[in-house]
Amino acid sequence: MQILKNKFIRFCADVLILAALFTLVQYFITTGLLNQYYQINLASMCINIILSVSLSLINGFTGQLSLGHAGFMAVGAYASVILTQMLGQPFIAGIFAACLAAGVCGFIIGVPTLRLKGDYLAIATLAFGEIIRVTLQNIDYVNGPAGVLGITKLTTWPWLFAAAVITTLVVVNLINSSYGRAIISVREDEVASELMGINTTKYKVIAFVIGAMFAGLAGAMYAHFFYIIKPETFNFLKSFDILVMVVLGGLGSTSGAIIAAIFITALTAALQSFPAIRMILYALILIIVMIYRPQGLMGNKELSRQTFGRIWSGRKNEHNRN
Amino acid sequence: MAGFGVEEKMSIIEINSLDKSFGGLSAVLNVNFFLEQNELVGLIGPNGAGKTTVFNLITGVYKPDQGSIIFNGQNITGMAPHAICARGIARTFQNIRLFNDLSVLDNVKIAAHKNVPYNFFSAIFRTPGFFKGEEIIEKEAMKYLEIFKLDDKKDELAKNMPYGEQRRLEIARAMATKPTMLILDEPAAGMNPQETNELMNLIAQIRREFKLSILLIEHDMSLVMGVCERIYVLDYGQIIAEGKPEDIRRNKRVVEAYLGEEGE
Repeated sequence: MQILKNKFIRFCADVLILAALFTLVQYFITTGLLNQYYQINLASMCINIILSVSLSLINGFTGQLSLGHAGFMAVGAYASVILTQMLGQPFIAGIFAACLAAGVCGFIIGVPTLRLKGDYLAIATLAFGEIIRVTLQNIDYVNGPAGVLGITKLTTWPWLFAAAVITTLVVVNLINSSYGRAIISVREDEVASELMGINTTKYKVIAFVIGAMFAGLAGAMYAHFFYIIKPETFNFLKSFDILVMVVLGGLGSTSGAIIAAIFITALTAALQSFPAIRMILYALILIIVMIYRPQGLMGNKELSRQTFGRIWSGRKNEHNRN
Repeated sequence: MAGFGVEEKMSIIEINSLDKSFGGLSAVLNVNFFLEQNELVGLIGPNGAGKTTVFNLITGVYKPDQGSIIFNGQNITGMAPHAICARGIARTFQNIRLFNDLSVLDNVKIAAHKNVPYNFFSAIFRTPGFFKGEEIIEKEAMKYLEIFKLDDKKDELAKNMPYGEQRRLEIARAMATKPTMLILDEPAAGMNPQETNELMNLIAQIRREFKLSILLIEHDMSLVMGVCERIYVLDYGQIIAEGKPEDIRRNKRVVEAYLGEEGE
């Protein structure tokens, strides 16, 4: 009972921190302290967090190298836009449709391809992303290569915040459960995991479908923030961008994925004023990080209450010594 | 021959004319054997005789070309490894295959996953059932760690443990799947005589406590002869001898298989 009580107190503390963060940013937006430029970057940040956290479930925790994440994002973006713009449904219906469509695609792709390993799976998922893109280019209903223009801006800070928080919560809660341990064991040693009674195919598909669903969510958020979606936005370079965030953050670390998503979005924004050397600097920073932190910023560690607790008590000890 | 007044023990596993070849090379050829309930049986043979292949066939890593494996009266031939594990066969590996980057406790908890006491959605929504279930899993896992004297190392990463303890952890992990039959692939490989001795006592203890049937491969002859009740000898994929340890020691074909044929 005491344990449950402590958990409840910690839960309340988390809610308070999140509510404070939300209110603070909302206050900045309404008072105009965060101008249009910052708001765009804030939205990108949230969308990138959703993308990198969901991909880290597939790449980092399940250990399945997927290069088709932008494809699922495209499915979500188009599904939500079809519902809100063409069928006149509310945004929430569009979001559910996005998750559902991307999840179904994840299942259809996952079942046959997840028996492949490593490089082969990477190529199969890469090909899948391209199939989605080319298919969308050839569907007249969504204007083919020109894409859909003039999408109503429905994605607001509350939506973005809720989407990012829910994604993170679901992934973290899943990973820290028996099901999550089963998923991680697939990454650690698939043969041993299978022989310990874990249906590895099932858990690979589950992780893949959940990851795809959240990529779909990110797609819906993206489409209703940036007014325009076209198939070209979701090419394989976008998948690589997401992969870079996951690897930079550290495979097998949700907090790493979040930190890397924030870092890369901020970096891209900061380098916008040097268009000529932007890509060079971006690449250089990645190379330097990979040389000095090959395991990624966080490795497979998590930034948690314990980490802060340790830093805090370390400070106090130092203080006492002085 | 039940019904003739002869008291016959139920066999837990029956392997009938098992064949497996890899690209024309017969690794296992017409292998027949059985294990009785609560029996400790050894499978020995020179290097490359096909012992590990037999293990892989029983646990579903390979599918047999021919033959059948009947476990507890159920035909498990060709089932997926996780389905076979679910029916009560657990194993260890010749070259240790732990989940290296995970803690000792998590290694055992993963094996307990097959009896997970809460569902997927209580995990995501963190219902009270989840916390209760996690407590049950933890208690279970600690029970096995205590038996194998690894409970004080529960937070260490599996890869950082000494070799002998990794071997023990593998058995603890296998036990956490709650098997009725345990398959040990060279459990004492790389251990010193004292460690081997302790391990053998442990194996005897869990066999008694959990009413296990155990099949083991081992190169350490003194060990095999000391603990096994019955021994099968495999050479070039075929069973060449079967019997009590003292019979095997005197068997001419076995000696030949190990030492080569006598000169003229």
